[in-house]
Amino acid sequence: MTGNSELKTKGVNQVDTESDLWVLRLYVAGQSPKAMTALKNLKMICEEQLNGKFTIEVIDLLINPQLGADDQILALPTLVRKLPVPVRKIIGDLSNTERVLVGLDLLPYK
Amino acid sequence: MDNDFIKALPKSLTGIDGFDEITLGGLPKGRPTLVCGAAGCGKTLFGIEFLVRGVTQFDEPGVFMSFEETKEELVTNVASLGFDLQDLIDKKKIALDHVHIERSEIEETGEYDLEGLFIRLGYAIDSIGAKRVVLDTIESLFSGLPNQLILRAELRRLFRWLKNKGVTAIITGERGDDTLTRQGLEEYVSDCVIFLDHRVNEQTSTRRLRIVKYRGTVHGTNEYPFLIDESGFSVLPVTSLGLNHIVSNERIPSGIPALDKMLEGKGYYRGSTVLVSGTAGVGKTSIAAHFAEAACKRGERVLYFCFEESPNQLIRNMLSIGIDLETLQQKNLLKFQATRPTFYGLEMHLAVTHKAVKAFKPDIVIFDPINTFAISDKEMEVKTMFMRIVDFLKANQITALFTSLTSNKSILENSAVGLSSLIDTHILLRDIELNGELNRGMYVLKSRGMANSNQIREFILTGEGVELREVYIGAKGVLTGSARIAQEANENADLLNHEKEIERKKRELDRKRKIIETQIAALHAEFGAEESEAILMIEIEQDKLRRLKQDKIEMAKSRNVITDNRTVNNRRGIL
Repeated sequence: MTGNSELKTKGVNQVDTESDLWVLRLYVAGQSPKAMTALKNLKMICEEQLNGKFTIEVIDLLINPQLGADDQILALPTLVRKLPVPVRKIIGDLSNTERVLVGLDLLPYK
Repeated sequence: MDNDFIKALPKSLTGIDGFDEITLGGLPKGRPTLVCGAAGCGKTLFGIEFLVRGVTQFDEPGVFMSFEETKEELVTNVASLGFDLQDLIDKKKIALDHVHIERSEIEETGEYDLEGLFIRLGYAIDSIGAKRVVLDTIESLFSGLPNQLILRAELRRLFRWLKNKGVTAIITGERGDDTLTRQGLEEYVSDCVIFLDHRVNEQTSTRRLRIVKYRGTVHGTNEYPFLIDESGFSVLPVTSLGLNHIVSNERIPSGIPALDKMLEGKGYYRGSTVLVSGTAGVGKTSIAAHFAEAACKRGERVLYFCFEESPNQLIRNMLSIGIDLETLQQKNLLKFQATRPTFYGLEMHLAVTHKAVKAFKPDIVIFDPINTFAISDKEMEVKTMFMRIVDFLKANQITALFTSLTSNKSILENSAVGLSSLIDTHILLRDIELNGELNRGMYVLKSRGMANSNQIREFILTGEGVELREVYIGAKGVLTGSARIAQEANENADLLNHEKEIERKKRELDRKRKIIETQIAALHAEFGAEESEAILMIEIEQDKLRRLKQDKIEMAKSRNVITDNRTVNNRRGIL
């Protein structure tokens, strides 16, 4: 799995170094079906790709609406990769795994 | 909601100068309005001013959601228009949210909606209790988000949501090729659509505003010129003026006593429109300056628009005929507003005039001269503009004096911009060329509501100002200048001759009377002589008769008494 990952992320991102911690933030609005799907997909992808070195923070804008402006959130659900920099944003319910990997720089953009 | 249609549509005053008048009360309350137009036409400013005026004049907080400019940029941009946006943000009267969307940062991975935008907007509205919302320019989303289907569906939902929130919203949109907005936003916002236009015509630009539609209410449908300057937006509701001005019977002197005399001895009516037209160098400006000076001396305020001379040049020139405008200017009774007619478009001039008049509050406005506007073939537009100015000034009871240059070739009565029908008092100055001299003549072509003089006066510029003299009008035509003087001398000589002739005739008569009188005396004497001679003759004859009778009686006595009867009969027969 790791080897595979190394091969795939060649020249893109090193995931397997100890210091690399991925900080991911998922913005949702309540317990909507899209939000639930997105969270489920995110967890699955992270566990497959990130070797346990990640944190996922789910922000419900219905509870904390003021947080939406900080990350320029418009669409929901939005996944923001805070670390490693640069910040990336992925919108949608993350059901297209390949696009998610591209968005997270885990796959080179075709 | 349905009841709203039965009642009058509630409106929300914008506070934008003039806009509330053409919309008869502002934007539809609790509904979104689309403001569209090309780049640089003032959409953002319209939105900002709507919010700022909302806070400062109507105590309605507002949210500005910018999709293009950042908060800092906006604050700086509108500071030049006199709006302290930062202060209002600090006071929690205005919430400013910059929505930034970068296509390259975004990866689309499935189903999504724009709930995030709704939540941010909702949060901003709730945090300050906003009644007004501006979304500027929401179409930027189309370049940021790839999925147009979702976007369109969400926009539709957004406008519905705004209505439900009950906020009065302005959505700005960039003009498209054939459509009002590039992305067809007018489909979604259908209550009120306002179109802003920034047109360049013959190198001069004019901003215009038009209400494309306004559901459920009447509104002005024209294109209204508007102005963006240091005090923000101002729309000119000019054509909303009618012909129902208040009319004053007050008369104000023209500053030239002889001219007043031609106008029933009282001068112009207050609030009337005076046109002084004439050929080049005939003294139009001098008449205007006299009027200004007289008004200022009465303590009235005069606004002087000069379109040809700079104020300093005008002051110098008028000093040469003894009018000191500079002192009046220093006393702030007289204000010059000098611009070239070509400096901006007609509507802009109109707008500038409105603003200047509203700011200075003059009693008298002078436009010197107006025909420079009619350089191009825009005569109709020029006329419309002046009609608007005249209406505006009349409505404010301001007396206006226009000067107009007429060309030598054209019919004199035809002023350059075909204004005559708008004018109450038309004073015509004309050159009279005679015997190698160019003199000036002046007459009152018309003056509504007064018995004006029909006489031509010779118009003379002296070191003490304008003087009017009566011109010679006779069989030889109108004579002025030295010809008039010569003619007057001739007439004087004639008069003298006539007087002498009369004298001579009188003497003749006297002489004749004397002759006849002597003749009468002679005849009397002759008659007297004849009379006394005749009387003598009569006495001699009577004596003879008496003697004859005496002789007969004595003869009878001497014959006898018998023949007495016969004698008597004979005497009777003789008698």
